[in-house]
Amino acid sequence: MKRNLFKIGLTTLLMVGAFMLAGCGGGGGEDTIKIGFNIPLTGDIPKVGEASKYAAEMLKEDVNSQGGLEVGGKKYKLEFVYEDNESKAESAVNAALKLIEQDQVVAIIGPNSSKQAVPAGGTCNDNRVPMISPWSTNPDTTKDRPWVFRAAFLDPFQGPVAVNFATKQFDAKTAAVLFDISNDYSKGLAEIFQSEWEKKHGSGTVVAFESHGTKDQDFSAQLTKIIAAKPDFIFVPDNYNQVALIIKQAHDLGWKGPFMGSDAWGSAELMTLCGDDCKGQFFSTHYAAAGAKGDTKVFIDRYSKKYGYTPDDVAALTWDATRLVLQAIQESGSYDSDVRKERQAIRDALGGIKEFAGVTGNMKFDAQGDPIKCAVVVRIDDQGQFVFAESVCP
Amino acid sequence: MEALFQNIINALQWGSFYALIALGYTLVYGVLLLINFAHGDIFMVGAYIAFGVSVFVLGVQGLNLPGWAVLALGVPLTMILTAGVGVTLERIAYRPLRRKGAHRLYVVITALMCGLILENGNLALLGASRKKFPELMEKTVWTLGNVSVTNLKVLVIFAAFAVFGILNFIVTRTRIGMAMRAISYDKFAIPLMGIPVDNIIVFTFVLGSGFAGLAGMLFAMSYPILEPYMGALIGWKAFIAAVVGGIGDIRGAFVGGFLLGFIEILVVAFFPSTLRDLIAFSILLVILWMKPTGLFGVARHQKI
Repeated sequence: MKRNLFKIGLTTLLMVGAFMLAGCGGGGGEDTIKIGFNIPLTGDIPKVGEASKYAAEMLKEDVNSQGGLEVGGKKYKLEFVYEDNESKAESAVNAALKLIEQDQVVAIIGPNSSKQAVPAGGTCNDNRVPMISPWSTNPDTTKDRPWVFRAAFLDPFQGPVAVNFATKQFDAKTAAVLFDISNDYSKGLAEIFQSEWEKKHGSGTVVAFESHGTKDQDFSAQLTKIIAAKPDFIFVPDNYNQVALIIKQAHDLGWKGPFMGSDAWGSAELMTLCGDDCKGQFFSTHYAAAGAKGDTKVFIDRYSKKYGYTPDDVAALTWDATRLVLQAIQESGSYDSDVRKERQAIRDALGGIKEFAGVTGNMKFDAQGDPIKCAVVVRIDDQGQFVFAESVCP
Repeated sequence: MEALFQNIINALQWGSFYALIALGYTLVYGVLLLINFAHGDIFMVGAYIAFGVSVFVLGVQGLNLPGWAVLALGVPLTMILTAGVGVTLERIAYRPLRRKGAHRLYVVITALMCGLILENGNLALLGASRKKFPELMEKTVWTLGNVSVTNLKVLVIFAAFAVFGILNFIVTRTRIGMAMRAISYDKFAIPLMGIPVDNIIVFTFVLGSGFAGLAGMLFAMSYPILEPYMGALIGWKAFIAAVVGGIGDIRGAFVGGFLLGFIEILVVAFFPSTLRDLIAFSILLVILWMKPTGLFGVARHQKI
């Protein structure tokens, strides 16, 4: 008995020791800069995580092939740590903590969806680690959090864009909304849309306001209710995987009218999953890949050549967000080997960036750390490409 | 009024899937008194097998047969392969435990683990990205007034009724069905009567998993986006449906599945859709509260 206890004690000691060693080893070498990525590599929206990772890898190769990032006259290699948040809120918090405590990163890119970015933003803010969410559009992500930034526009801006565009394009007087109740992004945008639409067209003009759960596959009851209310179009602020099911089922139920979507539609995978049913629909997004010019075109061409498909908005936004961090590191003038001091320096430099030219357009930052930038509305054409329809600037 | 008819058709289709999956739970429970929690995931594997069969074997990347032929050959092939998965699971996970005389509780936990292994094995094997199931039949939408039905929906509902008919016939009218029912009564006396218990159990898994494969294929045709966790939630709900119907009874699973489908759809039709699961499961709770053995269940007294 005593010997067993001794053995157990010894093993525990060894394990703790091993963990501590691993923890210390995580600090990285002298001349590398470690940046964490909190992205959904599995779960509901794996294509989003993949796009983020690919864009980041491309940027890392660019910088490292030049010998590294030059900060204060010295070159530092980049090291990116990809942590999977499984597209879940609780895993995003754990991933953020792991990146902060174990990997000792100086800044975090991601999470992408507001569902994960809102809770993970709180974690990063409390631990005083700069975080940039590429894709999150919910206001709560950065609200009153000096350490959290983003590269995307906000839903209070996107909502009116959708309202105005649909009013003009479909000549619509009434609208219906179908959204995901357990997704902060979808719910927030649906509510903003409803209040904006009713402000413009009078109360009661959102004739159906229906919700569903994240894991739902059957939407026939909600859609039957929506179709019975006879709206001029249906607004679906939902992730691309559910959009594919919703639109197909609506057509099965005899719906022939148009749909309007939001930026979560804009994944490279939307057309593979949705096929013909999605053609001709519109959605608001961060950039239009078809017909891009300048730096944006260079980025799109390189990405398409390297990975075999046109980069979606998440890829472009991750590219911008990561470049923002790198620029902040450079602007801070020197790289401090003390992680805490470096984090503070990056945050201060990020807060000091007033204007930035990204592949998703020029952005200016306001006091909350939110960019002021243009949104575009794209149409899905018969080849399944996202074609520019309209650009709306604040 | 038309919306009501439309919702009845919606509920028939949605209930069909619950019924098809619940039948698998109830079959295994009826024989082994084992809650096969991996059944929802066998359904998921069935959908993936259907995908593999109709894309890589018979479809565009294989023999390139026309859609109707893929459907005609794909259904039996999917059912056979999925039955193989179910039998393998029984062979490597449940039978060894049964041989060692493990308590049923441990077998149930094993079933839960098998489900997770299937989910995560699939995730590791095929990755997290979703698969798009090809369209195997020309879609026709029949519209009468404002009520729309597709040929696929009719096929699904028909399949659910047919499967129920077949299973009910096998269990109540054939010798092997009699043996299945007998095992659940007394698994110690049955071998003494010269009935090969293991073969009967394998047969039960073949039936249950085969029809889970059919359900997977029909589901993939109706909701053509596949992901590794698609079986978890619907499996749980179908299990609850089977319990409400009276687990172990074929009619119970069938009625329970449709009951859950109808409640879910009709709750959304008359209440805010946010309340769906809350109201649906409250109703089921009330049913169980009044009749704890389920609608068709019979109280059974067991010596432990």
